[in-house]
Amino acid sequence: MKKILLLFFVVCGLLLPANGQQKAVTGTVTGAEDNQPIIGVTVLVKGTTIGVVTDVNGKYQINAPAGSTLEFRYVGMKTKEVVVGTASVYDVALETESTILDEIVVVGYGTQIKSKVSSSITKVDGSNLQNMPVASVELALQGKSAGVFVESLNGKATGSTRMRIRGSSSVTASNEPLYVVDGVPLSTETLNQSGAAINPLSTFNFNDVESVEILKDAASAAIFGSRGANGVILITTKKGVSGDTKLNFNFQKGISQASHRREFLNAEQFVSYFEEAAYNSDLYEGYDPINNPSEYSGSWLQFVRSRFNRYDGWATYTDPELAVNTDWQDQAFQTGNLTTADLSAQGGNDKLKFFASGSYSNQEGILVSNGIQKVSGRLNLDNKVNNFIDMGLALSITKTIIDQVSADNAFSTPMQLVALSPITPVRDLDGKLYNTPTTTYYNGLIDVEEANRDISNFRTLVNSYLSFKLMKGLNWRNEFGFDLYSTKENARYGERTDSGQGIGGYAFANYGENQNVSAKSYLNYLNQFGSIGISAVLGSEYQYTVIDNAWAEGQEFPLDDLKTLASAGLISGASSSKTEYSFLSYFSRVNFDYMAKYLVTLAGRVDGSSRFGANSRYGFFPALSLGWVISKESFLTDNPTLSFLKLRASYGLTGNAGIGNFRHLGLFGVDSYNGTSGLIPSQIANANLGWETTRQIDLGLDFGFFKNRISGEIDLYSKNTSDLLLDVPVPATSGYTVQTQNVGSVTNKGVEFVLNTTNVSGEFTWETSLNFSYNRNKVTNLGGQEVIDEGSSRFMNVVKVGQPLGVFYGAEYAGVDPDNGDAIWYVNAKDEEGNVIDHTATTADFAEANFVVLGNPNPPFLGAITNTFAYKGIGLTFTFQGVSGNKIQMAGDPYMAANATWFDNQTTDQLASWKKPGDITMIPQARLGYSNGDQGRSSRYISDGDYVKLRSAMLSYDLPASFVRKLKLSGLRIYLQGQNLLTFTKFIGWDPEVSSDFAVTNITSGLDFYSAPQPRTILVGLSINL
Amino acid sequence: MKKIFSISIIVALALFFTACDKLLDLEPYQSISEELSLESDANVKSVLKGAYAQFDDLSIYGGCLLRNAELLGGANECLWVGTYGGPRQIFNKQMNSSNEDATAQWIDSYEVVNIANNVLSALAVVDEADRDRVEGEALFLRSLMFFDLVRFYAQQYQTGSASTQLGIPLVLTPTRGINDESYVSRNTVEEVYNQVIGDLITAASKLPEDNDVYASSGAATALLARVYLQKGDYAKGRDAANTVIGSGAYELMPDYADVFNNDDNSAEDIFATQITTQDRLSSMTEFFSTTEFGGRDGDIEILDGHLNLYSPGDARRDLFWLGNGGMRSGKWNNLYGVVNLIRLAEMYLIRAECNQRLGTAIGATPLSDFNAVHTRAKLAPATTVTLAQILLERRLELSFEGHRIHDQRRLHENVGTLLYTDPRLVFPIPFRETEANPNLKAQQNPGY
Repeated sequence: MKKILLLFFVVCGLLLPANGQQKAVTGTVTGAEDNQPIIGVTVLVKGTTIGVVTDVNGKYQINAPAGSTLEFRYVGMKTKEVVVGTASVYDVALETESTILDEIVVVGYGTQIKSKVSSSITKVDGSNLQNMPVASVELALQGKSAGVFVESLNGKATGSTRMRIRGSSSVTASNEPLYVVDGVPLSTETLNQSGAAINPLSTFNFNDVESVEILKDAASAAIFGSRGANGVILITTKKGVSGDTKLNFNFQKGISQASHRREFLNAEQFVSYFEEAAYNSDLYEGYDPINNPSEYSGSWLQFVRSRFNRYDGWATYTDPELAVNTDWQDQAFQTGNLTTADLSAQGGNDKLKFFASGSYSNQEGILVSNGIQKVSGRLNLDNKVNNFIDMGLALSITKTIIDQVSADNAFSTPMQLVALSPITPVRDLDGKLYNTPTTTYYNGLIDVEEANRDISNFRTLVNSYLSFKLMKGLNWRNEFGFDLYSTKENARYGERTDSGQGIGGYAFANYGENQNVSAKSYLNYLNQFGSIGISAVLGSEYQYTVIDNAWAEGQEFPLDDLKTLASAGLISGASSSKTEYSFLSYFSRVNFDYMAKYLVTLAGRVDGSSRFGANSRYGFFPALSLGWVISKESFLTDNPTLSFLKLRASYGLTGNAGIGNFRHLGLFGVDSYNGTSGLIPSQIANANLGWETTRQIDLGLDFGFFKNRISGEIDLYSKNTSDLLLDVPVPATSGYTVQTQNVGSVTNKGVEFVLNTTNVSGEFTWETSLNFSYNRNKVTNLGGQEVIDEGSSRFMNVVKVGQPLGVFYGAEYAGVDPDNGDAIWYVNAKDEEGNVIDHTATTADFAEANFVVLGNPNPPFLGAITNTFAYKGIGLTFTFQGVSGNKIQMAGDPYMAANATWFDNQTTDQLASWKKPGDITMIPQARLGYSNGDQGRSSRYISDGDYVKLRSAMLSYDLPASFVRKLKLSGLRIYLQGQNLLTFTKFIGWDPEVSSDFAVTNITSGLDFYSAPQPRTILVGLSINL
Repeated sequence: MKKIFSISIIVALALFFTACDKLLDLEPYQSISEELSLESDANVKSVLKGAYAQFDDLSIYGGCLLRNAELLGGANECLWVGTYGGPRQIFNKQMNSSNEDATAQWIDSYEVVNIANNVLSALAVVDEADRDRVEGEALFLRSLMFFDLVRFYAQQYQTGSASTQLGIPLVLTPTRGINDESYVSRNTVEEVYNQVIGDLITAASKLPEDNDVYASSGAATALLARVYLQKGDYAKGRDAANTVIGSGAYELMPDYADVFNNDDNSAEDIFATQITTQDRLSSMTEFFSTTEFGGRDGDIEILDGHLNLYSPGDARRDLFWLGNGGMRSGKWNNLYGVVNLIRLAEMYLIRAECNQRLGTAIGATPLSDFNAVHTRAKLAPATTVTLAQILLERRLELSFEGHRIHDQRRLHENVGTLLYTDPRLVFPIPFRETEANPNLKAQQNPGY
């Protein structure tokens, strides 16, 4: 199969015609309306990287092959193309452009003109990402593309994200898109072990980005074959341009705060509520210690008071003079601050062009002892060796230094401080932080003061190329990419910390390294034969990744001041490991167009991977897309209303290989006992393990009205993923719990809508950009099983046939029995098929309640709207972004909103618990020590996740040119910028943008477990152009 | 010329990497193939070591299995105050079939069973001199799994009806793939006990008396005594316990406190989970102790309901201590200490109970055995003894070592307000299991 395809590609290649000769071309570029020369127009030999920029008189000079096409590009102008004929002077007049329909978009292994694209690609201009106060590039993309879901897991400075393009297509394999930076696939495996996973994408400086292209449908992603099924994010960094060197310096300073706080009981409320709860438990057991003092001894009331005496430390909770009222939530948060400085330079000449940048940022998060510093540098060089050879390099180095906090499920994470009692002072009279038994649980502030987790991540990303011009329109490009991502962590926990207690302090050191090498060689062809335009790509690629890791841990330190393992009395553990994978691929794409009106694209890739069994090591991923630019038909040309209309359709296959390595082998791993190691079976073989395949059909319509003052796109798609790479649960009696098999299917169907309008133009402009999408995700087959439930007593995400991935599955809460204050649930009796047959009967016995589907953690509706106003140098732009239709499990509320089941401080809404017969409330009677409704797997702890946020806003002022020129500058801007300024939601927790970092998987999501809210950031900035 | 150049480049490009198919042939570094694992004497012995490495998982004999027996049985004797949902459900007798502890115990136990079955399938390549020992150890570990599985996931053995009571699936061959045979059904309680008893008798006959910290003939016989007692076969239980005591291989530690928190087995330990800093930790310490000793926050408090059972001066009472505001068992304060599974005192108490019930004095009189344990706790020797006293002595001597619920079941004692046969005292067959195996779905325990 593979050989046949190869042959096919070779034959295709041989058919490509040949000719071509260089000549010098000159000319002047002017504006069509005012006839004034335009400075800085990019003049490109189409399909190549050869380009120059017009000088101050609008003049250019370029070497271009006869018959090639020159492209003239300038922001705000329609790109114009001129075919180089026999003349040597080509003067060009550019027309003003009201939309960006004719821009260049980057596609896999090449570029295309947007109007000729027949697949679904979103382009985000780098200028829209500049200086956003977020940790990583995908967060900067939030709300900027229809059908693309991006969320932070929580509000930690280092937090990871979830990104889904057109829904989740896999249960076991990765659902994250493929990131490709300047042609190099980016390593996204996390390597740290302390705290939650650190986002590897934070080691990429998105201020260097020229553009981001999001490939959404199969036709655009098929050229990435086995890794295209979740969509592809193509990131292109800025290139040099010939002309005077342009310098930009940007400086920002800001502060951030928790965007929301919850209300907890104060000391007085705490005491009275818990006494009520204790007394209720006494009455529940048939005692009355208040009215029968003889029953006081051994009562819950006595018990609760003894606990208060313990929890109040040096204070006296009964005496208003000597009591304290500690707001522990306040202790968890701090006012964060942010400083960034970024300097970049862009310039060059005909031979050598460069882009260089250096950047520094320091961000202290909103959680105590949480922050990230980032230093990065980049150099992009393009060298024209001679008329036939081009070479270049894109090099960046980034370091992030992270002050890590524990994952959300650890007692030591700052947010879990809210569980502590408000009657407890923070410190004892000697100034030492209180710990258990005075605090209810471990006091996480001890970690803040007596532990440190320093994590440094390095990324070196290099892509170099050597390109030969073989003949007219035909280039042979060779690229070598290298991505080295490493993580170094040093954690040290003092003797009082929960990790270091009892073992004389604890230290952990870890080094992990991910090396990813890729080499590719491909031919690029571009030509125009009369009315027929052809462009084609053909090539092969090899990628190899190796991940190494070594760690050691130790305990028994003489002093807390000794910070490294060298001082450990006992090295209690150490290990190293290594794993690797490779891909070998052949790819091709051919685009035809007739008069730029009828468009056909064929693309395909053959992928082989070490990750799959010998019987199915190679996969083939073809795609076809068709386009019809209706507005170019004679009956529509010069139509005063409809200025652009294109119909698109595509169909294709993409794959997913995002599973661990060696999953096809039958393996024994190593585990130790009594200090010696042994072999244990770790995996059952499956020699047939192959790709997970997604078939996607996409129908699209691009439109423009009134000279494109109103333009937009509508896409309908249907993605059907089959042969899922599914960790199929097998009977555990076999000694195994799962086998990775190719069974099951998932569908995603949706619609995307984009609308860009220029509402007012002239001196005052107002533009609006809106995107909206709906995705219906459904698991359609699990290879025979109905439900995969790896949930527990507390967490309820499952995979269920007929439902979206990860639905909440638990008991349906029915509220409170008005007669006795018991929590009750619907029994939801089911028939043989599992259908609920009775929705009325309730029970106070939780075990009797049948589990039912309680909600979808993935929002089906996504939307964003951006408005931009400009008037005489004053600009205002703001984006509202929102999601709808999802639910969130409040997994921490069974402790903090559980009508005083135990001593965790409660949210104030719990005060409305049942008090006396007849009370109608949703909060059961408070009974200390009794489970009365605190069962986690119940809809009592499900909340709506819909929100709309004022995600970002910026008010800027460009100082007048006349003034700026006096300062010998070419531009000076001051601005005020904000992030997460407002949130509109019915969600009752901290922040509906949440998926707790300790448990986030494909299945487990939408979980709120002591997760920090997003930071609300406000900053001032200064941007200077020279 | 130029054309030839172009063509050769295209051909070269197409062939680029094609000769490199082996670029995709990568092998793992941390694992080896199934075949290799069972092909030699040394490797099979490594797999046997692997069975122990699985046996000490936290969910089972690293401690949680013992903890769960105490939480499930403990009514008014201990209080779960921890934040984990699984133990909380067990303590409240409100488990659902997704309970994580019930799930983990099931999975981990059967992993040990499968490893033991792998070893048993490859005995032919084991050196003849070691073959019996290897077989005996594998049989011992498999029996321990089956016995505790049937104790947690099925109702108490009932003489007369055990042959119809649903037990747990007996899996006796190693898994080589997932096929029809993988979809097992539950054997009866009777079948499980018969398998365990038969295997332990074989193991006891093949194992050496001294086998370092690994299963010995004494361990197999002691477990056999425990199995017989649970079943109510007092004569055989007595005889097995008598064999262990009579072997002279073990002796009671003079001081009760010295039995616990040891880094290595004491003279009294017949079989214990070995914990080192290199592999795992003691989950008993994790949950019964406090942060001071590397435990969690003191998730289990001991209540007066238990503490008041001791007579004044009982050394065993003195072991309890006040930590993090609650009373704690002093047996579990070493995060890397051995988890005592079977110790000699239990054998004395089994022999005493059985002799007392049968009116015999095999090995020693019940009074003598009772006093052996009683006086070690710094109490005055008794002059007469009743069955009730022996049972109380057992409850105190073996408190918080994973016996409580099993004794309540065997002795038909209520657990709080629940009858000993209440379905809420039986673990659910894990939901993930009944979903993965329809045969078990049809055999779920009542109430789940």
